[in-house]
Amino acid sequence: MHLTPSGLSVPGTSRRTLLRGIGGAAVLGAGVPLLSACGGSGTAADPKTVTVGSNASDAVPKKAFAEIYAAFKKQSGIAVDVNTKDHNTFQEQINSYLQGTPDDVFHWFAGYRMQFFAAKGLATSIDDVWDKIGGNFPEAMKKLSQGEDGKSYFVPLYTYPWALFYRKSVFQEKGYEVPTTWDQLIALCKQMQKDKLVPIAFGDKDAWPAMGTFDQLNFRTNGYDFHVELMAGKVAWTDAKVRKTFDLWTELLPYHQEGAVGRTWQDAAQTLVSKKAGMYLLGSFVGQQFSNKADLDDLDFFAFPEIDPAYGQDTVEAPTDGFMMSKAPKNKSGAVKLMEFLGTPEAEQIYLKADPNVVAASTKADTSSYTPLQKKAYEMISGAKSLTQFMDRDSRPDFTSTVMQPALQKFIRDPKGVDSLLSSIERQKKTIFAS
Amino acid sequence: MTTTPTESPEAATPPPGSGPAAKTATTATKVPQGHRRLLTRHDRLTLGLMAGLPTFLHVALVWVTALASIALAFTTWDGIGFDSIKWVGLHNFEELFSNNPQFWPAVEHNIVWFVALILIPTPLGLFLAVQLDKQIRFSRVYQTAFFLPVVMSLAVIGFVWQLIYNPDTGLINSLIGANEPGHYIDWIGDPDLNLWAILVAASWRHTGYMMILYLAGLKGVDPSLREASALDGANEWQTFKNVIFPTLRPTNTVVLVVTIIEALRAFDLVFVFNKGAEGTELLSILVTNNIIGESSRIGYGSAIAVVLLVISLAVIIPYLIATFRKERRA
Repeated sequence: MHLTPSGLSVPGTSRRTLLRGIGGAAVLGAGVPLLSACGGSGTAADPKTVTVGSNASDAVPKKAFAEIYAAFKKQSGIAVDVNTKDHNTFQEQINSYLQGTPDDVFHWFAGYRMQFFAAKGLATSIDDVWDKIGGNFPEAMKKLSQGEDGKSYFVPLYTYPWALFYRKSVFQEKGYEVPTTWDQLIALCKQMQKDKLVPIAFGDKDAWPAMGTFDQLNFRTNGYDFHVELMAGKVAWTDAKVRKTFDLWTELLPYHQEGAVGRTWQDAAQTLVSKKAGMYLLGSFVGQQFSNKADLDDLDFFAFPEIDPAYGQDTVEAPTDGFMMSKAPKNKSGAVKLMEFLGTPEAEQIYLKADPNVVAASTKADTSSYTPLQKKAYEMISGAKSLTQFMDRDSRPDFTSTVMQPALQKFIRDPKGVDSLLSSIERQKKTIFAS
Repeated sequence: MTTTPTESPEAATPPPGSGPAAKTATTATKVPQGHRRLLTRHDRLTLGLMAGLPTFLHVALVWVTALASIALAFTTWDGIGFDSIKWVGLHNFEELFSNNPQFWPAVEHNIVWFVALILIPTPLGLFLAVQLDKQIRFSRVYQTAFFLPVVMSLAVIGFVWQLIYNPDTGLINSLIGANEPGHYIDWIGDPDLNLWAILVAASWRHTGYMMILYLAGLKGVDPSLREASALDGANEWQTFKNVIFPTLRPTNTVVLVVTIIEALRAFDLVFVFNKGAEGTELLSILVTNNIIGESSRIGYGSAIAVVLLVISLAVIIPYLIATFRKERRA
């Protein structure tokens, strides 16, 4: 290529450049399908297309997102090229994916997990997007979308609460009342056991559900601030307050379903569906396991009961999923437009119509079509003083996956060994957080 | 250039660049064989590629990666950008040996895996092979039935056995009624049970593997040996113990090596079964759990991989030495 004085490039005419061009085209032609198969798009920027890396591999969300993109194309004329990967594979490969040739926009989670990649320079800050969409979200969501540097990196789409789920018909039939304090919860568990019910369904084969139980117990016992500090590695796991959380857990554990480590959450959910279990502590996605409409209408939930009156029930665990922009999007202006669209109530409504187990992150989204369960979830989240994500989203994933997951499984199996377990967690935590 | 006749054509090729002049010069010195003329420049290029490309791939994919993971074992690295690699010396190993609650169980389970495979499926495979070797009726049917699990991928075997072991809906618990509260058997979650449950599945497959190896060994036994021992009045067990089994020595060596490898590389079955949760920790799974994921501990995972490598070498090197010594003697 030769540069003319004006700076415009003029293709050279020599045989070599011609050949190089053909060769390059051939390489590109062969490379594109390969690259897009492994997660990137190798094509030069096409102003009419934005690429999205998606972990929405399940049928319901996949279709819901496709509808959002169709609406976006109608509005802006920009097509969305979606590159869907299996949900877990996406998570496992996110490191190399973001360092390679990622798509312009990618699905991700709020919390520490988002901040980690923002701090590593693998995401573009989108303050300009937030200037436009900020009004659609409550303050808590805005904060949740910021990196450690105070810039925004994330557009939240939907969220869902963790709570104790139960079947209305079972509670009615046996005359149970929703417990609001710890003592009431224990009393209810005892009554359920007498009535030959498993008080609390539990499956921890995938190792993460136990984290949800810990989160509830810990922020109810010690409050939101302590929980956040513990997750950030600033407080010792050998602290008496943590020990208190585990003591309460030890008290509650006999009312959990036996053999939890060998059971998946789906199997545990089935015991709630079949009315063999009285309650189940999980995220509202538990509704996905209720394939029968009548059963789903029978499903209800309540917030984890108060333990310390100083904290009441003011914290709600509400993991939030949304989108980030990769470090060097090929079509930045298009990606910005897409992010702005994703931050609108319209986009959220399209999604919620297809997947009624979650609620909108935006306060502007129309809630009139919500099911009673969604309405309740929405009220619970919007009324919360503080929102947490989940242990593996609020803390370092390397710590939670290699240390906490096996440790909690061990605790469930043998709650007596808690002291040595906590000091082991603390020792391992120190090295991981120091690296 | 020496004038001594060489046997291999490569050794005799002139250094590159010597050109046609060198060629005529060497023909003039009368090398006995006409090898050199057969190797044109094109041939040399082909040979170079044939030897060079695999060498390059081998070095790049085996040696460079192995050495890189040894080097990384002394660092911490989250896998993002090369500037975040930090040298930490022996820290990862100290951490591993003293602080990781899963490490020693993992080493122990790898050993248990090996011992169990040697003690249960190996004799069983030998027994089956001996029976099938007798040309009993339907021998091929049995052979196929026992060998079938070997053809299946371990991941598939994991799924199949989960249907049997699932504590709530699995075959065993449903049959014996052990899925009720009070007398519940948690085959997958109970650390006193799960390793053995998996070993049964692993043995199920390994037996067929051993059977085929021994069957091949038995086919090589000279029939006149059996005849001779029959003439000497030995019964079946005596014949097997004193005549047949000693001739299976080479097969036994292969079986030992195969079983050691199986024990060290054990991974897929456990990963499908319960991802190496309490009771089934394995070194290979610890490596995977630390390296794969969003914010990986690549240095630490490499340290575990190095431990696995050292154990493998400790087993393989004596074997190779023994084999080479035997060959030299032969």
